[in-house]
Amino acid sequence: MIGADLAVLIPEIVLSIYAMAGLMLAVYTTKDGMAPALTYATAAVFAIMALYIAATGQGDASSFGGMIVVDDFARFAKIVILLSAAAILIVGQEAMQKSGLGRFEYPMIVTLAVVGMMVMVSAGDLIVLYMGLELQSLALYVVAALRRDSVRSTEAGLKYFVLGALSSGLLLYGASLVYGFAGTTLFAGIIEASMGGMSLGMMFGLVFMAAGMAFKVSAAPFHMWTPDVYEGAPTPVTALFATAPKMAAMGLFARVVYDAFGMAISDWQQIVAALAVLSMFVGAIAAIGQTDIKRLMAYSSIGHMGFALMGLASGTGQGVEAMLIYMAIYVTMNIGIFSFIMSMEKDGYPVTDISALNGYATAQSGQALAVLVLMFSLAGVPPMLGFFAKYAVLVAAVDAGLVWLAVAGVIASVIGAYYYLRIVYFMYFGEPREGLNGRMSIIQFLGLTISAVVMIAGIVNLFGIDHLAANAAQALVR
Amino acid sequence: MDNLLSIVTFLPMVAALILALFLRGEDAVAQLGAKRLALAATTATFLISLAILVQFDANDTGFQLVEEREWLFGLSYKLGVDGISVLFVLLTTFLMPITIAACWGVEHRVKEYMIALLVLESLMIGVFVALDLVLFYLFFEAGLIPMFLIIGIWGGKNRIYAAFKFFLYTFLGSVLMLVAMVAIYIDAGTTDIPTLLTYEFSAAGISLFGWQIAGGMQMLLWVAFFASFAVKMPMWPVHTWLPDAHVQAPTAGSVVLAAILLKMGGYGFLRFSLPMFPIASDIMAPLVLWMSVIAIIYTSLVAMVQEDMKKLIAYSSVAHMGYVTMGIFAANQQGVDGAIFQMISHGFVSGALFLCVGVIYDRMHTREIDAYGGLVNRMPAYAAVFMLFTMANVGLPGTSGFVGEFLTLMGVFHVNTLIGLLAATGVILSAAYALWLYRRVVFGDLIKESLKSITDMTAREKAIFAPLVVMTILLGVYPSLVTDIIGPSVEALLSNYHTSVAEFAPATALAASH
Repeated sequence: MIGADLAVLIPEIVLSIYAMAGLMLAVYTTKDGMAPALTYATAAVFAIMALYIAATGQGDASSFGGMIVVDDFARFAKIVILLSAAAILIVGQEAMQKSGLGRFEYPMIVTLAVVGMMVMVSAGDLIVLYMGLELQSLALYVVAALRRDSVRSTEAGLKYFVLGALSSGLLLYGASLVYGFAGTTLFAGIIEASMGGMSLGMMFGLVFMAAGMAFKVSAAPFHMWTPDVYEGAPTPVTALFATAPKMAAMGLFARVVYDAFGMAISDWQQIVAALAVLSMFVGAIAAIGQTDIKRLMAYSSIGHMGFALMGLASGTGQGVEAMLIYMAIYVTMNIGIFSFIMSMEKDGYPVTDISALNGYATAQSGQALAVLVLMFSLAGVPPMLGFFAKYAVLVAAVDAGLVWLAVAGVIASVIGAYYYLRIVYFMYFGEPREGLNGRMSIIQFLGLTISAVVMIAGIVNLFGIDHLAANAAQALVR
Repeated sequence: MDNLLSIVTFLPMVAALILALFLRGEDAVAQLGAKRLALAATTATFLISLAILVQFDANDTGFQLVEEREWLFGLSYKLGVDGISVLFVLLTTFLMPITIAACWGVEHRVKEYMIALLVLESLMIGVFVALDLVLFYLFFEAGLIPMFLIIGIWGGKNRIYAAFKFFLYTFLGSVLMLVAMVAIYIDAGTTDIPTLLTYEFSAAGISLFGWQIAGGMQMLLWVAFFASFAVKMPMWPVHTWLPDAHVQAPTAGSVVLAAILLKMGGYGFLRFSLPMFPIASDIMAPLVLWMSVIAIIYTSLVAMVQEDMKKLIAYSSVAHMGYVTMGIFAANQQGVDGAIFQMISHGFVSGALFLCVGVIYDRMHTREIDAYGGLVNRMPAYAAVFMLFTMANVGLPGTSGFVGEFLTLMGVFHVNTLIGLLAATGVILSAAYALWLYRRVVFGDLIKESLKSITDMTAREKAIFAPLVVMTILLGVYPSLVTDIIGPSVEALLSNYHTSVAEFAPATALAASH
């Protein structure tokens, strides 16, 4: 039966083998000379795997006695992870080369991180969960510190590592408590053990696990690492942090709270709601004073995770559906914004100061318009898709009786609108002066404009994402 | 044509898209091309929108020319007009070509300016024709983006502050409405406005955090909608964004803001607050009436001491909107008819007044009242036009301003004599500030050196004012043009409203006796 077990894991296996083979090949041949080719090849492999998952997946499958679960939910998350990672690799390739980071290890480490993320969203067991999480985290610690000769980057990597290790420890501690009280590491067993109400030990375990996972989604109050890491890491790596790992962590969060603790919704609902409201406000308020666009995007991502968690906090299938839609839209917006941030340079050096955007609209009206669309979309102003993302989670929250959370969310979104508008303000209202003068590459331009066009064109039918998300949510919440 | 409303709504946006994609360059030829295309598109929109009026049957109180398609999340793309909304659509399409023509002199980033105005027109029409809650919200909110840019890019010295204040103020007002809309969707299971108009939201008193709330859920929803519309309207005391926005906005921005955007608040009260939450409206009506009368008297007094012409007219707009809210919440035929009439009339009159300021601002680049005086000596045609609109603003019989004020006063007099009495003083106050402004700017001797070479209106400027003059006088002497169209729909709205309120009253009396 091992064949059948492995068949479920084909994408993960293919990617792992690909990563190993790519490393070997590059080491024994031209080393960094292969970096561009390897990057594009990796992106292509990701896209093929996404297609494969989309084409082959029907119904639920599990292997190794339920340790790995592949259902519509896992598929949805995996496709988002793969496609966003592929997009980030492609748009980031040029910036990596330019800043002297065109190393062949980068795409390979990203591949390993992606394998970790895919395992995370498929986990049906505490051990598998931890395995996926650590594979992802270790790979990401490395890429955060990719620019070895920069203090900022190594500091970011180290900070990420220390705090990440702490959170993994918390999660592991929680998992051990849960295991101790449930007598099994299988989610199916845990949910059975908590059938008649949760014991105090399991409750503690749940809280610790939630704290660990909140760290991974960078939800307040476990968000401290995010701004520093976003700022310190090379921009293409920051772009990666803002997209695929967020989806994976949210997927994992949903997986754990439903598959393992689906009987105790009212218990974790309070935790998630508290995380959501804190994240929304921390993200909205702390971003106001930022002058570095990468730090600003870090706080923006904290705020957005708060909204996604609001969907999760409703504790309904509708909420999970809203969360998935939110994440898909959020990831698309970030690909566009980071394509733009990567192109921000002056005299050949990357710039991240917001005031450098002064008068950008006069110099580059097309790009400025695209950024404007994305900013308003991030702020959640209709008619952009960002509004529908927020609408979906609001409906889920109000339907679940969490009206206070919805009201808090919209207030936070008004506060948050201020700093998105500030970017528009610099671009459109600022006096034109010696600002950015780098040329945007074709690929970055495409990344930016496609993302912006999707934000507007998507309002016609959301490209059918809502149906896929509904199926995915149904697979998770029965 | 089955999709007449869609065509009217999206035609300007298509023109904006063409401008954005195909027009290149910043030279004079390209600028003129942009202006011409924008003018052609808005004029075409107006002509096509006349077909709406032709096909519209005033005696049918339901929604007409309805289009419906499926959309996301179980929402629907549904458009339609009834007697309440149809004239707002026409007001918008009528005023936009005038607005475009009025900014012929703009030379700074003309293409973007035209795009912003065209997109804004689409969104404003969308607000008035949307028959789905979320679609309505979408148009309602999206309008903030072009307006934010219009104020921020083409505005005056302090434009940044004004743009941010405008955006955040109105955004905060309307996100609460979004939560209420979500709550409506959860409660009623639909976002279809015609269905919701007949849906009865629970009005049983509930207690929230130890507070007893009369009117229950209706009250909470009403308050959330009120927050949005009151800011948009704007009502005292949340009107403070308006003077800033008006003063800093370019002329075209001010015209659109005063003539159309403000009407969305009043339209919202008529479309949502009264018919969907009649019991809450009934409970809150005295409060709204008092707020309105405070707005009328207080902002008229504030208007009197302004140094800046635009600020003065902005405060006078707040006062005039006070008549509108007063008429709406008087909840009788005269009051609501008058409120709608006042909104339409104010669209012409305040738009024209801002254009009047624009005419001399273009020449002298100042809006200080003290910088002018004796203009009649050099600008007789301008003096005549300004006179007409000043009189219309005051509410002189024979102009459209009179009908609206008179009807709303009559309506409120039935409900509350004291409020009617106090509101009537607003007529005197408005005469005071408007005529004083006129005297200081136009009459007197022309002593200021800088004014000695000022020229009268050009043919283009006269052409811009001509349609507004015609409409102001026409509606003033023949108000049935408007009241015939709105009458039946208003009557239906009010009869539903009073039935709901009457049904609720004995029910509560019964509950109290137990």
